[in-house]
Amino acid sequence: MARVMYRDAVRDTIFKEMQRDENVVVLGEDVVGGMGTAGGPEAIGGIWSTSGGFYEAFGPDRVIDTPISESAIVGAAGGLALSGKRPIAELMFADFIGVCLDQIWNQIAKFRYMFGGKTKCPAIIRCIYGAGYNAAAQHSQAPTGILTSMPGLKVVVPSTPADVAGLLRQAIRDDDPVIFMEHKALYGLKGEVPDDDDYTIPFGHARLCRAGEDVTILASGMMVGMAEKAADKLAEDGVGADVIDLRTTSPLDEEAILDSVEVTGRVVVVDEAPPRCSLATDLCALVAEKAFASLKAPPVAVTPPHTPVPFARELEGAYLPNPDKIEAAVRKVLAYNS
Amino acid sequence: MQLSRDDLLQAYRRMKIIREFEERLHEEIQTGEIAGFTHLYCGQEAVAVGVCENLTDDDKLVSTHRGHGHCLAKGCDVSGMMKEIWGSREGLCKGKGGSMHIADVDKGMLGANGIVGAGAPIMVGAALAAKLNGKGNVAVSFSGDGACNQGTTFEAMNMAVVTKAPAIFVFENNHYSEHTGVEYAVGTEKDIASRAEAFGMKVARADGTDFFAVHDTMREILEYVRAGNGPAAIEFDTERFFGHFEGDPQRYRGKGELDRIREERDCLKKFRESVTGAKLLEGADLDKVDEEVLAQIEQAVQDARSAARPTAEDVLEDVYISY
Ligand SMILES: Cc1ncc(C[n+]2csc(CCOP(=O)(O)OP(=O)(O)O)c2C)c(N)n1
Ligand SMILES: [Mg+2]
Repeated sequence: MARVMYRDAVRDTIFKEMQRDENVVVLGEDVVGGMGTAGGPEAIGGIWSTSGGFYEAFGPDRVIDTPISESAIVGAAGGLALSGKRPIAELMFADFIGVCLDQIWNQIAKFRYMFGGKTKCPAIIRCIYGAGYNAAAQHSQAPTGILTSMPGLKVVVPSTPADVAGLLRQAIRDDDPVIFMEHKALYGLKGEVPDDDDYTIPFGHARLCRAGEDVTILASGMMVGMAEKAADKLAEDGVGADVIDLRTTSPLDEEAILDSVEVTGRVVVVDEAPPRCSLATDLCALVAEKAFASLKAPPVAVTPPHTPVPFARELEGAYLPNPDKIEAAVRKVLAYNS
Repeated sequence: MQLSRDDLLQAYRRMKIIREFEERLHEEIQTGEIAGFTHLYCGQEAVAVGVCENLTDDDKLVSTHRGHGHCLAKGCDVSGMMKEIWGSREGLCKGKGGSMHIADVDKGMLGANGIVGAGAPIMVGAALAAKLNGKGNVAVSFSGDGACNQGTTFEAMNMAVVTKAPAIFVFENNHYSEHTGVEYAVGTEKDIASRAEAFGMKVARADGTDFFAVHDTMREILEYVRAGNGPAAIEFDTERFFGHFEGDPQRYRGKGELDRIREERDCLKKFRESVTGAKLLEGADLDKVDEEVLAQIEQAVQDARSAARPTAEDVLEDVYISY
């Protein structure tokens, strides 16, 4: 085990997989940085510092610095993947799926099905997502749920450095297209990461971060830490919460969720996206459909309101879920009918 | 064209406002009071002002992430912008948009934009509306050397040509898109105008650090487009004096590059030399403008600091007109 930052877990895992498999290639805007400048290549090594040293080690054919052209980047990832490579495309901000949605939704996600199962498309689209930086409506969104709604995509949302390592390696070795959601506010988070160069975490296996018998809290990405904080606070008052980190929203570990709800009978779902037709409503529907008999209270969702992400500190603060809001939601489900 | 004394003073004032607005933000950002990502326009002032001095409020403008200069040149209120950047509810966009989304539709300013390449198609729509209205108005988009690589920009150019839209694509080539050099990212030998030309429109090129070159080129293109000849594009060669965003270590720059461009390619310095050299204005006239602008910026910052803050309830407003 070594203590590693979330962002370094991204970088190190890709680097090692590139050493292991020459079919792994990286592409995106400024993934090298400094191309065509006096400072020269690697002047920055990716604006999130997740590809430092790649260009030097693997050269321009495997570390492809692209113009600002998201449709071409993601489309090319699809073409590379159909041609036997394992591309990892970076969308500097997840919001830019808006620019290249056709390539994600109509192309990459559907190749295998449309072609009658006769092909594979092992492309990874890394999406740097989430709010917390006052980056306003076009640089702060969490489109995890939107992407989860698309058949054909696997959607991964790591919340710790260890999960980054295990899930990213799994994604690189997986034969299906994977959306890899990295929360920008987690990049500085440190945690233990296994030294094992074959460390993988299978998709569809949630992680129990806190155990308790009174309520189930479902979360992913940056919401996990908030849910843990709320759970710790509630524990001081003798309220026990199962905090479940979904890890992957597609495939979804329904069993872990339903098993927990069977015991607790109460569910709070936390998500960073607006509430309508969302991951939050999807999870509420899941427990309502499949764990109805166990429920002691209606599920409650903690999400932002049905608005774009606002800019000002006060507004973004009010917009986002936080541990207090989660705690209040837990108290609400506990108080139901009692 | 010979500009009047008043025209010259106004152009200088506008460029100076942009310069001091940005220089001040550069300082204020270090204090941590301003939230979010800020991309400063310093160095490119002559482009925004040289273009916009030719426009009226009925001509539309679509801007970029580096939009402060475009907004100020199009007439957005200095104090309203400062308040917006500070996230005040008294800001031009009530603190909801911030630096990257400043807009003032009454001034024909249809928004800065956080999505690189999103502006050109929107501008074509505004141009088509101007065509429908039949009053000889135009629409202008600013795009960077990076944005010119987006498919959206290509589509917009072709559509403007086939619809004969009164659209003007202004490309500001400041040699960098984030950390990448234009020589790497733009395949046509760094040249953007030739791309626009290939789409079938009239193009021009000029030195974007020379206000007079910008102003004259824009005036000529504007006459052509206003006359109903269809779209046109202009590529301006310019410089950005700060990093891509505030906090950028700028390791991609050459040694001494920043000093050199500040020394040799400063559009304000060039303007001053040119107008005083030709005895169109006295140095003292410009000094007076400098002083007034500094005071105006100081006042705007003070206003922004003490302006009302937004509240949690404000989050819910403005999503729709009717609910
Ligand atoms: C669709 C999209 N892709 C990427 C970005 C990230 N980004 C913001 S500005 C920028 C560079 C833009 O370069 P250019 O068009 O030359 O404008 P400049 O910054 O030089 O003014 C990039 C890549 C973005 N905001 N939107
Ligand atoms: Mg540029």
